[in-house]
Amino acid sequence: MSTLEIKDLQVSVETEDGPKEILKGVTLTIKAGETHAIMGPNGSGKSTTAYSIAGHPKYTITGGTVTLDGEDVLAMSVDERARAGMFLAMQYPVEVPGVSMANFLRTAKTALDGEAPKLRTWVKDVNGALEQMNLDPQFSSRSVNEGFSGGEKKRAEIAQLDLLDPKIAILDEIDSGLDIDALKVVSDGINRFSAREDKGLLLITHYTRILRYVKPDVVHVFVDGRVAESGGPELAEELEANGYEKYTAVSR
Amino acid sequence: MTVTDAARDTVAAALESDRVESHLNPPPSYDLADHPLPTGREEVWRFTPLKRLRGLLDGEASDAHLTWDTTIPAGANLTEISADEARGLELPPNERPAALAASLSGTATLLDVPADTRVEEPIVLRLSGATVEDLVHGRMIYRFGAHSEATVVLVHEGSARYNAISTFLVGDGAKVTVLSLQDWADDAVHLGRDSIRVGRDASVKHASISFGGDVVRLHANVEYAGPGGEAELLGLYYADAGQHLEHRLFADHNAPKTKSNVNYKGALQGTGAHTVWIGNVLIRKVAEGIETYEENRNLVLTDGCQADSVPNLEIETGEIEGAGHASATARFDDEQLFYLKSRGVSETEARRLVLHGFFVDLIRKVGVPSLEERLTDTVEAELAKTVTSGLNQR
Repeated sequence: MSTLEIKDLQVSVETEDGPKEILKGVTLTIKAGETHAIMGPNGSGKSTTAYSIAGHPKYTITGGTVTLDGEDVLAMSVDERARAGMFLAMQYPVEVPGVSMANFLRTAKTALDGEAPKLRTWVKDVNGALEQMNLDPQFSSRSVNEGFSGGEKKRAEIAQLDLLDPKIAILDEIDSGLDIDALKVVSDGINRFSAREDKGLLLITHYTRILRYVKPDVVHVFVDGRVAESGGPELAEELEANGYEKYTAVSR
Repeated sequence: MTVTDAARDTVAAALESDRVESHLNPPPSYDLADHPLPTGREEVWRFTPLKRLRGLLDGEASDAHLTWDTTIPAGANLTEISADEARGLELPPNERPAALAASLSGTATLLDVPADTRVEEPIVLRLSGATVEDLVHGRMIYRFGAHSEATVVLVHEGSARYNAISTFLVGDGAKVTVLSLQDWADDAVHLGRDSIRVGRDASVKHASISFGGDVVRLHANVEYAGPGGEAELLGLYYADAGQHLEHRLFADHNAPKTKSNVNYKGALQGTGAHTVWIGNVLIRKVAEGIETYEENRNLVLTDGCQADSVPNLEIETGEIEGAGHASATARFDDEQLFYLKSRGVSETEARRLVLHGFFVDLIRKVGVPSLEERLTDTVEAELAKTVTSGLNQR
């Protein structure tokens, strides 16, 4: 059973005025079989949590630990983290001109498995994953994220989640910019992934609407770089009704 | 009178007559006195390391030749013609090396594709040099008859000090692809001028691909013999430590409803790698309804490289469809590398993918399938030199 353990994580970024502390000690434990949702107002450190766990060079870890099944994630390079079983679906997936989705997916799968996937089943798997996300098979010949609509980018992230099959997936605002149909398609994809054995999910969102389709076991409210409150799904409902005001008022 | 005044006067005169000389492209002349030995301070020479040309501009005569290995499919003819015949056909030189090549090459080579002929297979001219001690002047004329179709692949290999003037006369309605590959040994010096005249409604694709050589400086010029002609000028270069690769483009829109599209991409790695791209476009008063776009992108892979990129647009009529240019020089995009690595792809492999992606569109646009693989392999072999060292620095 996989466990991602984040303990007292402190993170800063370089700004023109020097380093700025964003995470001031975040502690979370995500076990396989669990779905956690992180909610919070803009600037509360939700995305910073996601990107610093994935190893984005912009963020400096100033304290705390992150382990996956006891292994020190922070000591790993970005690609090592992925090979250890982590996956980050990004809010703004990056365009890579001239690199086809097919080439990219095969290269990633080969890197993760240590061997190239078997051609026949792989093509079938890719087409199947695209189809489930309502993406045309032609999609695999297009350059990575280039010219994709906002919704296509998000659906392509979930198709990758399906194919690359990590242990722990962090989805950063996967729901932003999606219309209701696309939100359902994306949510179905996430639920199919969670239903697999031994999968943990950390869903970062600004809005509660995706939580109607993807049911969290635990909801964390982020405020000012810390977890202000954790609770069950009912916490999301409360946020839906009352917003973040209660928390932001306290932090001021 | 200052130089600027002179340029302004030239432009003013042009508004009244059809004759105009773009100040970046001096008037053509066979007289060497009109093309004095450059000092390096001239606008057109200021990027070029003159000392490393190894006397190629001195005007020394030479009998040395490159070895020609040719594949001439049915429909095309290759013949030798006299200097006088060449002069009657070619687009005259407007700088010193081209004038020297015309005056010192002795005979010239004429490739003929008759009108209405479609040459299915590429015409391949493989030119190789034995040693950089050899000074070689080359003069070539490629004549494509009206409504003909042909692809010419020119490969430069080995080593030499090579200076060539080439003319491509593309007949009305013809469709021509020219690919010039510079795959020289490390010490070669190559100065070349390709001038293309595009016939009415003809279309030409010219691709210049430079990997090898110590100093390579090439012109690709295009002008039009009538309305409706289209030219696509493509380029790909990869400069290693100490290499100087310079590509100078000139699209002279001297006829209405003509099109030019310039797209050059380059990568640089290693100390002293230097690339120069000059994209000149002149839209003459007569050239109404034309469309032009030029673009240069450079990917700087290591410290210690220099990429110069200068687009120039001279416009004498506003009655056009479109004119634009873009130039960008950048390092690897950290966000792209992060995205790929976050999927498990190693740093080395991520760099390889991004670079492959950077060039692949262009390689496809070149559209000579028999060479695509060789170009891709060469790009990847070049990259292999730097990804490892790039990793060591981290």
